[in-house]
Amino acid sequence: MKPAPFDYVRAESVHHAVRLLAENKDGARIIAGGQSLMTAMNFRMSSPALLVDIGELEHLRDITLTADARLRIGALTRHADLDASPDIAAHTPLLRKAIRHVAHTAIRNRGTFGGSLSHADPASELPACVMALDATIHIVGPDGDRVVPARHFFTGVHETALGAGEVLVAVELDVIKADEVSGFGEFARRQGDYAMVGLAAHGRIAAGLLTAVDLAFFAVGSTPILARRAAAALVDPATPDPAQRLQRAREALSLDLDPPDDPQSSAAMRMELARVLLGRVVGDMLARGAGA
Amino acid sequence: MTTMATTISVNGTSVTRQVEPRTNLVDFLRGELGLTGTHVGCEHGVCGACTVLMDGATVRGCLILAVQASGRDVLTIEGLSEPGHRITKALQEAFVLRNALQCGFCTPGILVTATELLTQDPAPSRELIREAISGHYCRCTGYHAIVDAVQQAADVLAATQGPA
Ligand SMILES: Cc1cc2nc3c(=O)[nH]c(=O)nc-3n(C[C@H](O)[C@H](O)[C@H](O)COP(=O)(O)OP(=O)(O)OC[C@H]3O[C@@H](n4cnc5c(N)ncnc54)[C@H](O)[C@@H]3O)c2cc1C
Ligand code: FES
Ligand code: FES
Repeated sequence: MKPAPFDYVRAESVHHAVRLLAENKDGARIIAGGQSLMTAMNFRMSSPALLVDIGELEHLRDITLTADARLRIGALTRHADLDASPDIAAHTPLLRKAIRHVAHTAIRNRGTFGGSLSHADPASELPACVMALDATIHIVGPDGDRVVPARHFFTGVHETALGAGEVLVAVELDVIKADEVSGFGEFARRQGDYAMVGLAAHGRIAAGLLTAVDLAFFAVGSTPILARRAAAALVDPATPDPAQRLQRAREALSLDLDPPDDPQSSAAMRMELARVLLGRVVGDMLARGAGA
Repeated sequence: MTTMATTISVNGTSVTRQVEPRTNLVDFLRGELGLTGTHVGCEHGVCGACTVLMDGATVRGCLILAVQASGRDVLTIEGLSEPGHRITKALQEAFVLRNALQCGFCTPGILVTATELLTQDPAPSRELIREAISGHYCRCTGYHAIVDAVQQAADVLAATQGPA
């Protein structure tokens, strides 16, 4: 189908975009890569009166190391940039692992980091990654700038802490340290499809054992979910055997997750896939060891 | 109805048209310019029929507005079929030899994606070829012949180029 008619403005700066959003209240919508918004508009599930295109704000596409050794990734960083950037590969390999699972090349050439987080699809990869990495989300709005922890950013299906009229400008995260390791896996029906179940994980290793880990499961609820009980079992000092830790973690997962039933996959199947994925991802992290 | 002057370089020629903002790139190419080699299928990004090159990278023509493409360089299958595009030419020949098309609806989009793939990686594995074309639906061939054709084109290009 075709979208309903609308007006279109290319924003000249973030503040210009914020002003346009404020002046047009409910009728205005940001477009970044358009890879989710255009599909919704073509189906007329969304019919904004004004599109504010931030896609030409090239400075929002930068990836920089900050003075306090954090990586700042601009909201307009394309999925393809995440894939190609040596800084991403070296400093936050989790994003590099995850990005190849997002859609297909033509969509990765346009879709943006900020767009994916703002869109907050429960089955999408990047929201889970920023939760596992405990990243911060940097926002500019009519009342100035603010920073929201990624773990408080996702509030529901396609719902986030972004207020009307606010623009997500960047994500910041700690660069990976020598004793840290990250892991990623998902089950999807076809290459590039949204996940049926996915897991983004980041942890610390000493003497072949995990000493800390964050497990962000996605496509198992309305937002990515941190599996805290499973994570605690994986690092339990009282259990020295990694296989036993994993077994306890798999059991604990049913306390962390309560996946929904849908026509694509039943709750029981999702739960089983989450357990399988936990084993694979943790096994891979332990096998590779720290630093990757 | 508001319209906007939109200038896009299409297959090397700069064209300006007055279009509604809601006109997507593929409708601009087909409707305004008569370039019907780029096809329209699903209009939500999944089938790949509308794939064109913008500034050298594949994009979905149904998920980008013509006004967003303003100031950009767009190459369609018509442009890629002109002399000088040796990768696309090798692909087209291999598609014929390998029976990699039947109705041809998906073919222009797949040729554009395969051109991008072989430009970036002259010797992709079969897995990589499959991954690259995973964003395209073909309802006729069953894909194997397409993978064969892309691989054959890569081989032919490597052979005609001689040792690196
Ligand atoms: C066929 C297909 C398959 C896909 N498969 C996957 C997949 O497997 N996994 C996955 O994660 N995604 C997938 N996607 C979606 C893709 O990753 C999108 O690129 C992404 O979800 C949105 O990014 P965008 O830049 O295109 O955002 P847009 O479509 O431009 O915007 C999406 C929403 O976010 C808002 N927005 C965008 N940027 C900002 C900002 N900086 N500040 C505030 N609000 C903003 C917009 O107003 C809109 O509501 C797929 C898309 C398609 C078409
Ligand atoms: S018409 Fe654009 S992907 Fe199907
Ligand atoms: S040849 Fe008919 S859809 Fe591919």
